Amino acid sequence: MNMRIPILKLGDILIVSIQWELDDQNAIQFQEDLLNRLHSKNARGVLIDLTPIDFIDSFIAKVLGDVINMSSLMGAKVVITGIQPAVAITLIELGIRLENVMTALDLENGLDKLQIELEA
Amino acid sequence: MECRSSVDIFTEWDIVAARQLGRNEAKSIGFGTVDQARITTAISELARNIYLYAGKGNIKIERTYDNNQYGITIIASDEGPGIADVRKVMNDGYSTSGGLGAGMPGVRRLMDEFNVQSEQGVGTTITAVKWLR
Ligand SMILES: Nc1ncnc2c1ncn2[C@@H]1O[C@H](COP(=O)(O)OP(=O)(O)O)[C@@H](O)[C@H]1O
Ligand SMILES: [Mg+2]
Repeated sequence: MNMRIPILKLGDILIVSIQWELDDQNAIQFQEDLLNRLHSKNARGVLIDLTPIDFIDSFIAKVLGDVINMSSLMGAKVVITGIQPAVAITLIELGIRLENVMTALDLENGLDKLQIELEA
Repeated sequence: MECRSSVDIFTEWDIVAARQLGRNEAKSIGFGTVDQARITTAISELARNIYLYAGKGNIKIERTYDNNQYGITIIASDEGPGIADVRKVMNDGYSTSGGLGAGMPGVRRLMDEFNVQSEQGVGTTITAVKWLR
């Protein structure tokens, strides 16, 4: 089940939609792929959409947090969209805060937010 | 009344299998989406701890009925190194593997009942219950 997460490019924004449950291998692969694409495409923004994801454990949260921090280090702004209510609740109960990251309700709002941020 | 199913944990695929089993069971007992996410997350944390710290072990999912209440019980057991200081690992942020240290304290908050039995050199058994409201 080595399914790579597709990374799309729209202007200078990379868009990732996480469509299926991440296992460890896919998660690490995703981290590498995204940072490589950021570098090679000179992208300035990253949007990660989590709409289909119905749970996040501390391992996935760490991968996400690391991706966010690494992307910021490379000068890119990150926005996370589509966190389901159940996921938001369990993340807080786990004691996990995703810091240094913008969030938005859905893809459209997320793109708007990023665009504004990049123009500023 | 009891109905159990279980998954042996050897690889990370087994972690995926355990939480899928748990989610299906939670759904069929009648838990809502938020509790399903809590139960799935708790199983994922416990299964990953087995995989990381004990190498192998087992996750049992039981349908429980007690005091006119239905619930789900997760039993995570291994014959790994055991936990030297249970109080310490219940602190947020404590990890011996560079993890977030959110698993053990997190599972306690996600579930209604939480019990750790661990002996060094013998193994660890963690039992967690969520009641259907
Ligand atoms: N089944 C287990 N056997 C031995 N040690 C364990 C087990 N589960 C947890 N631990 C210990 O408890 C610590 C905290 O676990 P946890 O809260 O899940 O955080 P993390 O997995 O991120 O380190 C682990 O780093 C490990 O030292
Ligand atoms: Mg853990």
